[in-house]
Amino acid sequence: MFPAAFDYRAPTRLDEALSILKQHGDDAKVMAGGQSLIPLLKLRFAHPELVVDIGRLPALNAIKRDDGHVSIGALTRHVDIEHSRELASSAPMMIEAVRWIADPLVRNRGTLVGSVCHADPAGDWGSVMLAFGADIVARSQAGERVLQADGFFQGPFTTALRPDEVVTEIRIPVRKGHSGGAYLKLERKVGDFATVGVAVQLELDGGKVASAGIGLTAVGPHNLKATEAERFLHGKEPTDQVIVEAARLAAAASEPKDDVRGSAAYKKDVVRVFVQRGLRTAIGRAREVRS
Amino acid sequence: MKVSLKVNGFERTGDVEPRVLLVDFLRTNLRLTGTHIGCDTSSCGACTVLIEGEPVKSCTVLAVQAAGRSITTVEGLAQGANLSPVQVGFHEEHGLQCGFCTPGMMLVGTSLLERNPNPTEDEIRWAISGNICRCTGYMNIVKAIMHAAKLREAAKAEAPGREAATAATGGE
Repeated sequence: MFPAAFDYRAPTRLDEALSILKQHGDDAKVMAGGQSLIPLLKLRFAHPELVVDIGRLPALNAIKRDDGHVSIGALTRHVDIEHSRELASSAPMMIEAVRWIADPLVRNRGTLVGSVCHADPAGDWGSVMLAFGADIVARSQAGERVLQADGFFQGPFTTALRPDEVVTEIRIPVRKGHSGGAYLKLERKVGDFATVGVAVQLELDGGKVASAGIGLTAVGPHNLKATEAERFLHGKEPTDQVIVEAARLAAAASEPKDDVRGSAAYKKDVVRVFVQRGLRTAIGRAREVRS
Repeated sequence: MKVSLKVNGFERTGDVEPRVLLVDFLRTNLRLTGTHIGCDTSSCGACTVLIEGEPVKSCTVLAVQAAGRSITTVEGLAQGANLSPVQVGFHEEHGLQCGFCTPGMMLVGTSLLERNPNPTEDEIRWAISGNICRCTGYMNIVKAIMHAAKLREAAKAEAPGREAATAATGGE
C-alpha cells in the first residue's frame, strides 16, 4: 500500500518547523516516529498535502527531572520510557503502561507525544496523562501554551492543539509523599488496541486519599477522565466500600460501544472491575512508599 | 527526493517520492528482496529490518525518514559464506517452516543477542512478540535463538580477542 502523494519537509530547527506550520497550517501534518500517522496515510484515512517530519529536530528526546515534574521531550520513544531509570523512580506507572503499548518493534520508533497528539480513543497514553494530570506544552510562532491533559482530548483523533502548534514536551507531576499508580489493560493479543484500559494514579495523606486520577481507555469518543469517581475518593479513607463505589461511578461515566472486542455492557463491567483492582494496587503501592 | 543511507555496510542512494516506504525502497530500488511484505499494516513483522541495530517494521517507515541511517537487512547477516550464529541457530534447530517470517525473526534475534547475550526464554518471547509466524512454529524459533546465544558464547570462548578486534574495526 502506498500513501497518496504528499510533500515532505524535515526541518532541523524548531523555528523552521514552526514557520512551515504557520504557512501551511491545516494542510500539514506533524510526524515524529510515524507509527500512527504512516498507517493512516497508507489506509488513506489521512491525506495531508505536507508531512512535517520533526524527527530531526535536536534536543527533544530527553527525560528530565525538574522541580515538581518530569519533562518528556517530543521525540522520546516508548522504548526510551521503558528503559528510563528516572521514570522508574518518579512515575513508575508509566513503566507499567508502556509495556502494553503496541509491540517492541513499534515501541522502537513510536513516541509518547506523537501518540498523545494522535488522540486515538483506544490509545493507552491518553488515560495515563489524564490520571497523572499531565501538562502538554505546545509551541507556535505566537509563543508557548501549556495545556492540561483534562480538556486536551476533544473527540476521536481531535485535540485542543491548533494547526500551527507542535508539542515540544509533556510534563508529568511528581509527588513527594505516598503516591502510587497502576495501569490495567485487556487486549486480545500483543499489539492489539485495548478492549478496555484503566489508569489510576493517587496520593495518600494520613491514610486518606489526598488526590486521585482515573483515566479510561477505549470506552468513549476519547480517553475519559472519571471525574465523579475522583471527586468521590477525595478526602476519604479508601475502604472496600469506598473503592467499590468509586469503581461503580467510573463505570457509569464510561460510554463504550458494542464492537468486535465485546459488548458495551461487558466493557462497562470491565471498567468497574479494573478500577477496583487499579485502586487497590495503587493504594498498596502508595502505602509502600517511604517518605 | 534524493535519499542516501547505509545498507548492510554499503552506501546506497536513490531518488524516491516521499511516500515510498522503506520496505519498498529496499525491495524495489535496491533489489534486496529478503525483507518481506506480510500484512503491510505494522502487525506481522515480516518486514523487520534493523535501523542503527534496533528492529523496526519497515512497512511503517518512510525511506526519507531513514536517510543517513544505517540499515541491516537479512542479506547483511552472513559474512560471505559464513552464516551468523542466529542463522546457524535457525538452521540447526529447524527454526523455520515456510520461511516467510524468518528474516524478521532472525533480525529480532540478532538485535536481542547484541543487547542481551544470554536471554531467558521469556525474554526471547517478549522480543519476538511483534513478529507473527503463521505456521505457528514459535517453539523452534525460541530454541533457535537460545541455540544461537550458546554458539556466540562458544565462539567468544574460542577466540576471545576476536570480538575486540571486530569492535575496533566497526565490524566491517
